Amino acid sequence: MPRLAPLILAGGLGLAGATALVVAWQSSSQARSPDATVSEPFATGQSSETTQVKNASSALPEGSAAEEYLVTVRRPAGPPRITLAGTDPQGRTGSVACSTCHSVRQPDLTNVSAATLDEFHQGMAFNHGKITCYACHNPDDADTLRLADGSPVAYQDVMTLCSQCHGPQATAFAHGAHGGMNGHWDLTSGPQTKNNCIDCHDPHAPNYPKMVVGFKPRDRFNEPAAHDHEGAAPHGDH
Amino acid sequence: MATTEPKKLPTLPVIENPTRRAAVKGGFATLGAAAFVAAVSPLRQAAKTATAAEFMQKHYAELTPEQKADVIARLEAEAAEKYGAEVTIADDRPIPGTKFVYAINLSVCNGNGKCVEACHKENNHDRATNQSYIRVLEMPKGTMDMEQGSTTYTGTVPKDDKFYLPVQCQQCDEPPCVDVCPVKATWKEDDGIVVVDYNWCIGCRYCEAACPYHARRFNWKAPEVPAEEINPDQSYLSNRVRPVGVVEKCTYCLHRTRRGKLPACLEACPTGARVFGNILDPESSIRWILENKRVYILKEELGTKPAFFYFFD
Ligand code: SF4
Ligand code: SF4
Repeated sequence: MPRLAPLILAGGLGLAGATALVVAWQSSSQARSPDATVSEPFATGQSSETTQVKNASSALPEGSAAEEYLVTVRRPAGPPRITLAGTDPQGRTGSVACSTCHSVRQPDLTNVSAATLDEFHQGMAFNHGKITCYACHNPDDADTLRLADGSPVAYQDVMTLCSQCHGPQATAFAHGAHGGMNGHWDLTSGPQTKNNCIDCHDPHAPNYPKMVVGFKPRDRFNEPAAHDHEGAAPHGDH
Repeated sequence: MATTEPKKLPTLPVIENPTRRAAVKGGFATLGAAAFVAAVSPLRQAAKTATAAEFMQKHYAELTPEQKADVIARLEAEAAEKYGAEVTIADDRPIPGTKFVYAINLSVCNGNGKCVEACHKENNHDRATNQSYIRVLEMPKGTMDMEQGSTTYTGTVPKDDKFYLPVQCQQCDEPPCVDVCPVKATWKEDDGIVVVDYNWCIGCRYCEAACPYHARRFNWKAPEVPAEEINPDQSYLSNRVRPVGVVEKCTYCLHRTRRGKLPACLEACPTGARVFGNILDPESSIRWILENKRVYILKEELGTKPAFFYFFD
């Protein structure tokens, strides 16, 4: 079915215009002749990549997990380190492991806030229910966390800890319905990387932080909502 | 009008019309000559810039592989000439056994608009207008009527008495935009994605008017994108730079998703509100959401059957 625009164009141009067009087309098809004469199948780098994707998925037996790429859940690097406030005589700063102090201090199992501490962790905000520090931190080994049943869990496995209380979120996460991700939806064509809980939620104040809107398209839906025709200045845009 | 049988009204007049071209002709015949000139002026502008090769080009569905290769080579050369960018335009086809579906968790979307920006960059939108296929509506709580939303909100989000509703093409299973196109320049593909052949579109904008989700955009001018900002990873039916005078829309990033990748808006979402996948795969995250969450669709009463779901949790 011919297109309307060319019809209008051709109609308006008349015979002379049509002749010019034919000439133009001939010269353009000459320019394209190398491609046209070599009857090479349609294959660019990109499309062969696509073909590979299709082959990969159709070659797989139904339900086979062996040929699938992995979903990687990002993990924290390890136990946090505390940056020291002062510097040494050479002006260097330093950081220490939690256990540097906590292995020689008596844990206060009832403490819930930084306000009751006499040193360190002073400025920290706590807004995570009414739980105590040692609900999650391990009083016996400060470089690990502790599950509700008393067993230690590595900082890298923080999601195991969070999931004890946040079951619905953990279930949704396991089904790809909670938490940001990158990579492939189709694991037969490539891997996927997912955020862990503390990529988005500060465990001490886990509410998702407020953000500021940046990018805005400029289209008619972003005009001021009220568009009063009565008494409006004449305008010819509609 | 005195019929005893209630006459079955066509939902859209053009659907029942035996030939779509007759409908266009009829439509334009009712316009006066001056009105006609005004109505088609963007078309005339577009026609002026059309090359002869473009003029001769057939509908996408009728192109042989060799012709497609020619067309794509021409388009790649045009991109180099007009935009100074080396681009690759692929012809990504649907993956057999896939039907793409999107879902958004409105409990976590905070309206920050990173998806809008990601779409803008991924799809080579006009820089001057900050064009994007996505609008995020700030909604009063207690309604899913998108017409009550506003896109003009700014500042710190989320606001306490609002929720945020990102809207883009819903890839409807009964797409009114496809029904009204007089030249079949837009159609629904096997994986559910509604596409536009930008070289076949005549820019009549019927589809834009027919879409209840305001999902289509018209190129009033040739998009301006600096060479270094052009996304060179393109597809014919997707994010290649569109010409002036044609309509465009979200394609679920088919140049990514048909290669197994996640859409750009999903990857950019900092709250993880977006979920994308193949509804035909019973193990997919999208299936889990449909089976376990109460989902909403927009303007359900219109019968457009969106492949786009919203949920709260
Ligand atoms: S949302 Fe609009 S453009 Fe997208 S398929 Fe539905 S009617 Fe068409
Ligand atoms: S603007 Fe293009 S795609 Fe939309 S109805 Fe008209 S010809 Fe079809």
